[in-house]
Amino acid sequence: MKAECGTLRLLAALLCLCLFPLTTSEARSRQALAPPQNLRVVDTPSDSGGGLIVLWSEADYDAPEVRYQILVGEGAEKRMVAEFPANSHYVRDVKWPWWARVDRPDVHQFNLKSGKGLELKNGTSYAVTLAVVKGTERVETPPLRAIPEPNWVNWNQMNNLLLVLLFGAVVLGSIRTAKQRDIFLRRIPGLDAVDEAIGRATELGKPILYLTGAGDMSEPATIAAAVILGRVAKRVAAYETDLLVPHRDPIVMAVCQEITKQSYLEAGKPDVFKEDSNFFITTDQFSYTAAVDGIMLRRKPAANFFMGSYFAEALLLTETGASTGAIQIAGTDSDHQMPFFVTTCDYTLIGEELYAASAYLSREPIQVGTLRGQDLGKGFILVVLALGTILATAGVLFDTDWPRIMLDLFKDLK
Amino acid sequence: MIFLRRQLPLLITFVTGVLFAAQYYVPHPRSEFMLTEVTKWLQIIGGFALVLGVTSLFHIHAVKIRRKEPGWGYSLVLYAGIFGTIAAGFSYSFAAGQWVNGKETINGIMTAFGWVYLNMMVPLQGSMFALLAFFIASAAYRSFRARSREAALLLIAAVIVMMGRVPLGEMLLPVSGDVTQWILNVLNAAVRRAILIGISLGAIALSLKIIFGIERAYLGGSKE
Repeated sequence: MKAECGTLRLLAALLCLCLFPLTTSEARSRQALAPPQNLRVVDTPSDSGGGLIVLWSEADYDAPEVRYQILVGEGAEKRMVAEFPANSHYVRDVKWPWWARVDRPDVHQFNLKSGKGLELKNGTSYAVTLAVVKGTERVETPPLRAIPEPNWVNWNQMNNLLLVLLFGAVVLGSIRTAKQRDIFLRRIPGLDAVDEAIGRATELGKPILYLTGAGDMSEPATIAAAVILGRVAKRVAAYETDLLVPHRDPIVMAVCQEITKQSYLEAGKPDVFKEDSNFFITTDQFSYTAAVDGIMLRRKPAANFFMGSYFAEALLLTETGASTGAIQIAGTDSDHQMPFFVTTCDYTLIGEELYAASAYLSREPIQVGTLRGQDLGKGFILVVLALGTILATAGVLFDTDWPRIMLDLFKDLK
Repeated sequence: MIFLRRQLPLLITFVTGVLFAAQYYVPHPRSEFMLTEVTKWLQIIGGFALVLGVTSLFHIHAVKIRRKEPGWGYSLVLYAGIFGTIAAGFSYSFAAGQWVNGKETINGIMTAFGWVYLNMMVPLQGSMFALLAFFIASAAYRSFRARSREAALLLIAAVIVMMGRVPLGEMLLPVSGDVTQWILNVLNAAVRRAILIGISLGAIALSLKIIFGIERAYLGGSKE
């Protein structure tokens, strides 16, 4: 009898335990809906205007079956622009860095932007209402007004500005150091071969072909190609060899004409300079390629230089050059064309080596110092990569948010 | 004179360089407007510069024809092509009943200018682009000969990637698909990113040198 009583008590206790969650959830569901607290509507920071942010505190009833509604307008013009589950849209979900967050991570945030039937004009006041819906119950907050405005600073990108300033300071510091003492430069075979190529062309009595690529003067690769042309032209002038520089862009042609002329002057051979050494062909990609291929086959240059940025024409040019037996030196930042250059040219300056060429050929302290700055920059990036990997892994392993403090500093955020 | 040739361009470069570097961090519509306007200026300057280019083209080929240099016949073809296309662009379309005025079609009727573009320019460009396939084959043949350890590695990687990118290859060697993805997503992507980091730093350093007037070779000369 005593044992039976004990079993009954145990069963009753188990039943109570099983029913407890049901009763609490039922009680919660019966709880009356309260309007969302601490509602704020503010202009979206760091944008070009046309955006508002709605912020409110999280509530006890936040659950997937409860929904929030965002309404814009007043009276008859009031209409719903968004509806979403109540356990979503938090400050922590927005892809903004920690220093640009508008509130605590656990606060709800909804970004109102122009588009999909909603137009937010700068300088116009808009009334925003927040509603919470649970089954048949619906509660609304009083409307709040806010004005979208354009901003003068994008705070999300301040890490980018900071890193650029830091890198600039490192480069300028390295230039200063390079003026005081010698800096070691590793050998770049492609640039060592420049003299060999010019010497070979001189011996054979054949011209040198120099291409500045497909880009215009706004591209760093084209500027680098033009700067290297100056160094090459100075040596070509000393050897009195013919130089052919066909162009795709008239502005690049005009700049390169000046650079070449100056190089001949500096080499003490202004009389050997030919105005026609830099000439324009066409802006059309394949017409230009056909023309340059024709020059290669007819004039048979002893050395071909391909500097700057290139697209599909890269292989058409270099393979034709290889078929003529010319010594070929390429330098490009077009990563998609690098395999073609590597397979068809005798020497290829890969990526940054194109920018290093000017320093390598001139050996001027200012130029060499810049290279040192770039190397320090690469070292810094390597450290950040290693540290970032460790922090991101730690963040996932320990389910913590603090590594974001460091990781956000190196993110490209718009 | 030295002010116009050196100091003024350096000053303009510094001011515009700093201004447009800062523009990247300013989301205000006025900043966007400034960028759009300057892009238009560049297009206008490019239009004027094209006159320089065309003058250079005419001059070079006129000299070739006059001196009867080897291949001067091609220069004649160039002149015929240029003037023929210009004439077609300014001609009168009897079929459409109005001047062509540089249009390729008028009310759905193809003009002489459009005919030149569609039946001469497009096939010629297509032919040049098509040559790429043969050039890739010949370049691949020369590079993939396993003359060294690196070339042998290149050959093996190329064969695996080629097998993994075509259905037949994947059918013959089922593992090639996964290995290809690994080569592309891990090895290739890592190297590519490393190269891009170097390029970006190089480009930033060059830009800084130009903005601060340290690199002046693009002005013609580097010493002054």
